[in-house]
Amino acid sequence: MTEKRVVLSGNEAIARGAYESGVRVAAAYPGTPSTEILETLNTHKGMHVEWSPNEKVALETGMGAAFGGVRALVVMKHVGVNVAADPLFTLSYTGLRGGLVLVTADDPEMHSSQNEQDNRNYAKFAKVPMLEPSDSQEAKDFTAMAFQLSEKFDTPVMLRTTTRVSHSKSIVLTQEPSPPIAPPKLIKDPMKFVMLPANARRRHPVVEKRLEDLHLFAETFDGNRIEWGNNKIGIITSGISYQYAKEAMPEASFLKLGMVFPLPEKLIRSFASRVEKLFVIEELDPFIEEQVKAMGIEATGKTAFPLCGELTPALVAKGLKGFTPPPLEEISKTLPPRPPIMCPGCPHRGIFSILSKLKLFVTGDIGCYTLGFLPPLSAIDTCVCMGASIGHAMGLDKALGEDALGKVVAVIGDSTFLHSGITGLLNVVYNKGAVTLIILDNRTTAMTGRQDHPGTGFTLQGEEAIQVDLVKLVKALGVKHVKVVNPYQLAVTERVIKREIQRPEPSVIIARAPCVLSRRERAVTGKAFFVSTESCTGCRVCLRLGCPAIEWVKEEGMNGGGKKRKGKAFIDRFLCNGCTLCEQICKWGAIKEKNGE
Amino acid sequence: MENKVINILMVGVGGQGIILASEILADVFMDAGFDVKKSEVHGMAQRGGSVSTHVRFGPKVFSPLIKEGEVDIFMAFEELEALRYIHCLGPQPTILLNEQRLNPPSVSLGVEDYPEKVAVILSQRAAKIKSIPARDLALKAGDVRAVNAVMLGALYNFLSITENTWNDNLLRRFPPKAQKINLEAFQLGRSA
Repeated sequence: MTEKRVVLSGNEAIARGAYESGVRVAAAYPGTPSTEILETLNTHKGMHVEWSPNEKVALETGMGAAFGGVRALVVMKHVGVNVAADPLFTLSYTGLRGGLVLVTADDPEMHSSQNEQDNRNYAKFAKVPMLEPSDSQEAKDFTAMAFQLSEKFDTPVMLRTTTRVSHSKSIVLTQEPSPPIAPPKLIKDPMKFVMLPANARRRHPVVEKRLEDLHLFAETFDGNRIEWGNNKIGIITSGISYQYAKEAMPEASFLKLGMVFPLPEKLIRSFASRVEKLFVIEELDPFIEEQVKAMGIEATGKTAFPLCGELTPALVAKGLKGFTPPPLEEISKTLPPRPPIMCPGCPHRGIFSILSKLKLFVTGDIGCYTLGFLPPLSAIDTCVCMGASIGHAMGLDKALGEDALGKVVAVIGDSTFLHSGITGLLNVVYNKGAVTLIILDNRTTAMTGRQDHPGTGFTLQGEEAIQVDLVKLVKALGVKHVKVVNPYQLAVTERVIKREIQRPEPSVIIARAPCVLSRRERAVTGKAFFVSTESCTGCRVCLRLGCPAIEWVKEEGMNGGGKKRKGKAFIDRFLCNGCTLCEQICKWGAIKEKNGE
Repeated sequence: MENKVINILMVGVGGQGIILASEILADVFMDAGFDVKKSEVHGMAQRGGSVSTHVRFGPKVFSPLIKEGEVDIFMAFEELEALRYIHCLGPQPTILLNEQRLNPPSVSLGVEDYPEKVAVILSQRAAKIKSIPARDLALKAGDVRAVNAVMLGALYNFLSITENTWNDNLLRRFPPKAQKINLEAFQLGRSA
């Protein structure tokens, strides 16, 4: 066995753990902070690794593989589990043959998410065990343990990470992969895998018995350990919170839980009885605290540590020993913010500048284009979950009727549309909604770092694939009015939008241009434009595009035509890539392809 | 060998190569025999947003995040971003400041002003401060993207890690075409 020391992120370590465990099928839909797991796993040969269209499909694919006897890894961000919840809850009943590990990457603090739900609740709800690593070494080790547990107890096992564990890096000892487990085989076992009521009724007690067995197992599980320090303070904790607590109070005694569901009741009772004051330190919900208190044990938890947001070393030190973090300095409070922003040359910018100009109510969705919410574009009015833009527009149409006609438009990305927009559009057609949907087809899953999907023509493993034809797809759903536009052509695109939103029928506009960061296709020249100091009147219209390449230069004076101005526009030639939007909206012809001055 | 944990905070703007610099740094510390952890948040936009990365090394590191008020070495790749994190500085910080200003959107739009005298404000808080024209030096080395290698070169002088360890890791991280430029940028950072 050759061991190697490497610095890995939690995500890379999970991929390594799955590889070392001989995983044969892995499926996911990209989502921060989980995306790198499959991308890393894909660097190894000898397995099928796929981007599925959504998390439900990913889990069902993993289930099928596990029913066939191989080990399967299924990965998603926390909100993805909501999509996959339907198969998950019944998978708990069927169990499987090969091991199945479901990674849920939670995002406390919502660094890149729409909510911060605590997915430990899913383990309890679905009655499946959950492991929670607190650094990269544990991320690798727990992945391997999760596969073993899955097979030993005939259950899916959830592995929960949080952004800090997913994206932090620490040293990991890697090992060579273990040889593949028993070869895959078709074995008919309908009593176990066909969840008709009669069979499901027989499976439910099996689930309850399994949970009892897991409770017992948790008492001796290696991942749950006591680190004795003094007996004044005892801390029950797990995940990243363990690291912060060790940092704040290394002298305390720790019960470090690697399995957060089910909990080892005897171990907790014995630990609690030997310390004077007991703390439970956990991010988000009082998940462990409530169970500890239900055992009749006194503990301090959410009264000392916040319910909302991510914990930090300072917050944990504050709750444990009254540490006061240094206040934000005055100068830091007034600094201009630096929010994420659409890239220079982004194909979404033109669409949102038009929607902003037309002052439409825009039902939005999840993707880079959600940034259309930010000023100066300020052109997104709703954003809740994947695919919701279409339902929102449909509901508004049904609620407001003619009052909404010509005032509402739905926008959705190509990957998001394929994830869960198709059924929404089908409903618009079926239930006669006067909805206009703009599909922002940039031919990639951009926000998570440009992953392939069924519309790109390639798989995660780099093979060519049949590319779904969006025009034919939406026509097949029954949409009669389908227009494809180039979003870099502002005048044409605006005309089409104005016409389509007036239709009392479903219509779809496909705004098609590759993501400006695409490695495969380019729609912009890459040649920077210039602002003519001579012609610029300082009207600031180009600034309304919110393009990072265009800056305002304060400078009172006059332009070449003798027109007074308070400043002028300037284009950074290192950032501009010649998308031409600003040239198209400049009424003064001051933005030019060649520097004539 | 350091017998306590040293905290390095790197801040700047997406696209400046900060994450890559922090990854090289983590490998350098591991190769030098330390425990090391690093953490940053990415996601949302590809470039242009505020970026901060924590790197901690020592005999044993628990938290991947540095507690506010405990930064030992502060590497600011951009002036405005430096000010955002002043409260994180420890009592005797070493500050490496790249003399570069990148306007955030509200400054580009002419709505807000870029702060002035950043180096002066920082020097009042530093035990040691070093200003580095990293962008100019990167261009001199042959590629504006080598700002991160220049900054690592400047850091070299404040750590006792062998040149070989640095070189091995710089060579490993860059494709052959970019190796010469980055090694040159590192050297320019050292002598800045």
